[in-house]
Amino acid sequence: MEIAFNAQELERVNKIKDHYPTEQAALMPVLWLAQRTFGWISPDVMQYVADLLHLPFAQVEGVATFYTMYFKKPMGKYHVQVCTNVSCMLMDGDSIYHHVSKKYGLKNMETTSDGKFSLEEVECMGACGGAPVVVINEDYYELSSIESIDKLLESLN
Amino acid sequence: MFDGQKLILRDIPNLHLIDVYINNGGYETARKAFSMKPDEVTNEVKKSGLRGRGGAAFPTGLKWTFMPKGNDKTKYLCVNGDESEPGSFKDRQIFEFNPHQLIEGILISGYAMGINAAYIYIRGEYHRWINILQTAIDEAYAQGYIGAGMREKFNNNYSIDIHIHKGAGAYICGEETSQMNSIEGRRGYPRVKPPFPAQAGLWGMPTTVNNVETIATVVPILQMGGEAYSKIGAQGHSGTLLYGVSGHINKPGVYELPTGTLLTEIIYDICGGVRNNKKIKAVIPGGSSMPPLRGDEIDDVRMDEESLKKIGTHIGTGGIMVMDEDTDIVKITLRIAHFYHHESCGQCTPCREGCGWMEKILKRIASGNGSSKDLDLLVSICNNIEGNTVCALGDAAAWPVRGFVTKFRDEFEQAISKNKSFIAPNVVHGKRKTASNLVFER
Repeated sequence: MEIAFNAQELERVNKIKDHYPTEQAALMPVLWLAQRTFGWISPDVMQYVADLLHLPFAQVEGVATFYTMYFKKPMGKYHVQVCTNVSCMLMDGDSIYHHVSKKYGLKNMETTSDGKFSLEEVECMGACGGAPVVVINEDYYELSSIESIDKLLESLN
Repeated sequence: MFDGQKLILRDIPNLHLIDVYINNGGYETARKAFSMKPDEVTNEVKKSGLRGRGGAAFPTGLKWTFMPKGNDKTKYLCVNGDESEPGSFKDRQIFEFNPHQLIEGILISGYAMGINAAYIYIRGEYHRWINILQTAIDEAYAQGYIGAGMREKFNNNYSIDIHIHKGAGAYICGEETSQMNSIEGRRGYPRVKPPFPAQAGLWGMPTTVNNVETIATVVPILQMGGEAYSKIGAQGHSGTLLYGVSGHINKPGVYELPTGTLLTEIIYDICGGVRNNKKIKAVIPGGSSMPPLRGDEIDDVRMDEESLKKIGTHIGTGGIMVMDEDTDIVKITLRIAHFYHHESCGQCTPCREGCGWMEKILKRIASGNGSSKDLDLLVSICNNIEGNTVCALGDAAAWPVRGFVTKFRDEFEQAISKNKSFIAPNVVHGKRKTASNLVFER
């Protein structure tokens, strides 16, 4: 696949740049856009973004690898993020994690062979009042249980 | 005086819509502030006794006075909505239910310090809440409450632009200097202070970093006057706080209450007590990085910084985590240590290595392979991390581990003695060879 933004996305990049006094500051939002467009931040994507923003490759790689939400490998269509931090652990979030892990045979940051599901054990998602929390792609599912998550995962296609 | 009225999470339906907000007196406080001199605005905030809601409880008005006067330099406001402290989930409520009050707070704060650009830093996981806030900002721009339109709207020559910067999953970016690096498009490494942000912050320019809740609180302060606000809640730490209550509790959630509310009142009266009527083993009063309280210590504890400081902990972000009598403290401590090891940015050796060691030792203890010397070793590691790092993450990692190990030592000892017999603590003697078998190898 050729790595390049289309005209609309390039327009978006220009809009992002308007928010900041330097081009470098646009790096994080542009990486977000790149992840949305290309699915993950591959070395080729890093090179493309580096050229686009006139930055050294190492700078882009440094930022992309520092932040955990930029995927450094392809993830599933449904990225299942289970929080196991303190509040969620108190409410049994880790058994949800182990359940999903066993159900699909996945370890942390692994994807099923059909590319449908990937699993991540995440740190606090900032929704402790709704513990245990499961986030699928961008959607929060609070006060979840093994049963509710099972039902939800099976309804996805 | 405070009559139980909420100042931030107000009970008005659809307050996130700009029309509803304006109909309820929205943006009138900004108009009032613009009719005052900037210094007068800062003075009101000083008088109010407002202290930062992001964890350190630093006096906000005082922080504002650190900013240089005059317009010869571009100045920035950084609004901290990273909210990555486990147990803290209050800013999300502001984004969702009262985003315009945050925007109005930014207008007022920016005016007081002569700032023309503000960045709201929001954690990357909050896609939905970023969209809500962005919609509110777009609406405000369209109606002339932000940006160039302000001059006409408020009949004043002041204007400010507001941008949202989305994080990407790094706890450390809640630290102010790390956050500035992140906005500049760098790795989120904290910077050495001094220079402080008010001298050299974003792009080397004077910058103030304030928490989302702090900024949203500026609006009611200006509305009622600093003096009236200072009478709400506890002396020395006035106002209302958004307490986020989670864990083994019947009604978890975010509650807006005056500072100085009794911890037991929050847990038992407001949040409906502990699940299944169990006893409390431990409570973390202000997010996972604050030292915990034992269940027998929570009586008469008032939830404000000054009261909590006296008993060796802090208000932090007001994230109260309640643990019932069946909680495995060793497991919880291990989870906290794992979190800080995961989130340490790796810049300073004591934190980078120390957090890893703490996790390793706690893993050993939790799996029944610990030894009695491990507990002292843990405390010693904590003591050597604390205060020896660029930012406060080191302290945040050391406090809870030391707190749990010292306050629940019996539990840790039990975990050790379950499978393990005594191991001699002195490693040096164990390795020393006697004269008879001392062989020099070349």
